[in-house]
Order: sequence, then C-alpha cells, then structure tokens
Amino acid sequence: MAEIIQEEKGKGGKRRAKKHPPHIDMTPMVDLMCLLIVFFMLTTAFSKSKIMEIILPEKIKDPSKQEAPRISASRTLNIILGPDGKIYTYPGSVKPEEYSAVPPILPPLNETDYSADGIRKIMLDRNRTLARRIAEFRQEVVSGKITISPDSVRSTISKMKTDDDTGPIVLIKAYKKANYGNFVDILDEMNICGIARYTFVKIAWYEERMVELAAGVAPTATASAR
Amino acid sequence: MPKIKLPTQSPHIDMTPMVDLFSVVLIFLMLTTTMRQPEPATVDTPFSISETPTPDFNMMTFLLAPDGKVFMNFDNGPDTILAFRPKILQEMGKRYEIEFTEAELRFFQRYKSSIGVPILQMKEFLSTNDNNVRNRLNVGVPLDSADNQLAMWVLYARQVNPNIQACIKGDSETEFATVEKVLDILQEKNVNRFNLITSLEAAKINLEEIQQ
Repeated sequence: MAEIIQEEKGKGGKRRAKKHPPHIDMTPMVDLMCLLIVFFMLTTAFSKSKIMEIILPEKIKDPSKQEAPRISASRTLNIILGPDGKIYTYPGSVKPEEYSAVPPILPPLNETDYSADGIRKIMLDRNRTLARRIAEFRQEVVSGKITISPDSVRSTISKMKTDDDTGPIVLIKAYKKANYGNFVDILDEMNICGIARYTFVKIAWYEERMVELAAGVAPTATASAR
Repeated sequence: MPKIKLPTQSPHIDMTPMVDLFSVVLIFLMLTTTMRQPEPATVDTPFSISETPTPDFNMMTFLLAPDGKVFMNFDNGPDTILAFRPKILQEMGKRYEIEFTEAELRFFQRYKSSIGVPILQMKEFLSTNDNNVRNRLNVGVPLDSADNQLAMWVLYARQVNPNIQACIKGDSETEFATVEKVLDILQEKNVNRFNLITSLEAAKINLEEIQQ
C-alpha cells in the first residue's frame, strides 16, 4: 500500500501535493503499538490473587497444663483427606484402645470425593439450618431487601455462625498422601457450606491405618513402627 | 500505462482512529500494570471462592513448589524506606556469623522474586552476577530439624516487622507433608493465622439446593 501511495505522488506531481495535506503512513506505528500491547498484556498480572484466611488453634506446648476441649461426639464429623482425591468421613470419635481391641471397634468409614454431590452434600445435610439462614440472608441482600455494607454482611454472617449450636463440628485431618489442593478445596467447601466450627487437626496413627485399609494402600513404615 | 493507473484508486484505510484506540489501550495497560514476578518454581495455585485480595505489604510469602522445595519472600512494608529485608538478612547473618556487605544487603533488598538459598551460600548468591549460578543456588530453604533455617527466617522477620503476616502459596500438587511441615514451623514460632493464596473461582449454592 505504501508503494502505491508513493507512486501516486510521483505521477500526480505538484498539483496533487497542493490539494492534499502531507499524508503520514501510520502503519509502522500501528505495528509497534500492537507489539507493545501484546507485550503488556502478557506481562501484566491482571487478576490479583486472592487469599483465604485460616486460623489454626494455638499449639499446646505443654499438654499436661491444658485439658483437651470437650466436644460432643454426636456433633463431630471427621473428614480425612485421603490419597487420589478421595475423602473419608466418619462421625463421632475413635479411641486408640478401641482400635487395638480385638475385634477392633471401628466407626463406618464413608468414602466420598470433592464434587458437589460428594462432600458438599454430606456437609449441607448436617448444616442445613445454618446454611439456609445464611443463604436467605444473602438472597435478601442481593435482591435489595436489606441494604447494608459488605462489612456488615460479613459480620452478620459470622454472628450467625457463632450463635449456631446445631451444625457439625468438623475436624479436618490429612493423610500424608493428600496434596495442598485437597487442603484448600476442603477449606473452601467449609466456606461454601457455611460450616461454623471447623478446625484442622493432626491425623492420628490409627486413622492413618483406617485410611490405608479402606484405600487399599500398603501400610507405610511410620504407621507400622508405632 | 492506463491499465496500471486504474488500481491506484485502491481503498486507502485511514489508520488514525486505530492508532488512537491503541494509544488509549497502551496507556491504560502501562499505568495499571504490575509486572508478574518470575518465580523460582512454577506454582499453580488452587481455586477457592474467597474474594479477599492479597495484601500489598507486610507479608512473608512461602512458596511451596510441587517437588517439596520451599522458597520465601519478604515484603518491604508500606514504605521501602523502612527497608525490612536487609535488616532481616543482617539478623540472619549475625546468627550464622556471616558478615554481609552493603552491596549484598542492597541486592537482597532489590531482589524481587522468592529466595530459597541456604544461608551459607547466601553470600555467593548475592555477590554473583551470573543468573545460572543464582539458579543453581536457589535450592529451597533448609527446614529439617537439624538446621531449621526457615524457622530462623520467620523468627527474625517477625522481630524486624511485628505486623508481618504469613502467606502460603502452594501448588495444588504439593504433597501435604510439605505443607504440614511449614505450618508446624510457623506454629512453633507462634504464627497461627495464615493466608492461603488462591485463585478466584465462583461457586455458590442456592436456596433450592439446601432445601431439597
């Protein structure tokens, strides 16, 4: 295109040049800008990453000084993050004596996964009242029935969670073959389902054995050593 | 000749509006850009529904690579004049009896991406100009119980900047054992509040789903 224009100028002579203002060819400039735009688009971190806050209970350095908190077994739900994207849940608690007893008294270990039909359903089932209250509240805010600032929305929801005394107390444990993605997923699931009380605890050796038995993994050295 | 003359009427596209538009986009991008920092290990953060943005300052980030290496990064705080990073390094140097020069401290302050260099090799890392050498030394912070340098970094970072918050940036494939080790070390140093860095993914449950 550029060549044709030049040719035109040459042929047209002075008469043409007088009619038109000098014509600047913008094409190289456009090329350059394209390059720059592509460069900036690729190097820009557009979406800022988000954070998910988790507060873990303080480590008890001297167990003799502090008694373990008592929680009711009927409300307790144990979630064990297993290998290969599996989750094992069981209600209540197991004592090491119960595991060692012959025959071992074991709670039913329920296998599930991270899908919406899996762990989310289980937790929603147990957390229906609170989840409904939170969802209804959110709905009212979205539809404009209540107009409050986002900060008060958050504090109202956290108040609902503190007041709730029917939902499950979830203890999250991770088998060592689980990965970080599983950990984030399960915490995320807690937020989605509006679980009021959950915490992350170290997995006990007998729970490791239970998972190994259920998943069909050979017991690892650390577990059998104890 | 006449035959050649005919196509001289070829449509001429005016590029000016295009240039205008590109300028606007370019200026916008240049002003809003925050350069992506090259990290020593590629990390794909997992997704969550959390919408809280990452804070800009007062954070120490632990990068947990899928192969179990741990890297860390400290922020300078709200104002670079406060210069937390060289102070932290100086404290570390005192502990391990290594004297860092002014230039090395300045390099540590300016170094943007995460660092996972054992403290004994830190001097070499900071004084070299060769990127290959630097990459070779960036092997992850030692965190075994014999020489727990990560715990020391956390300790001094918190001494120098009491407001510092712990952020954990892990790959979805990072084994949980690594995560647990880092969490343990942090809790050992009385850090009980963690920010897990995630990417946003919208997932909401609606009323019907709850009521079924």
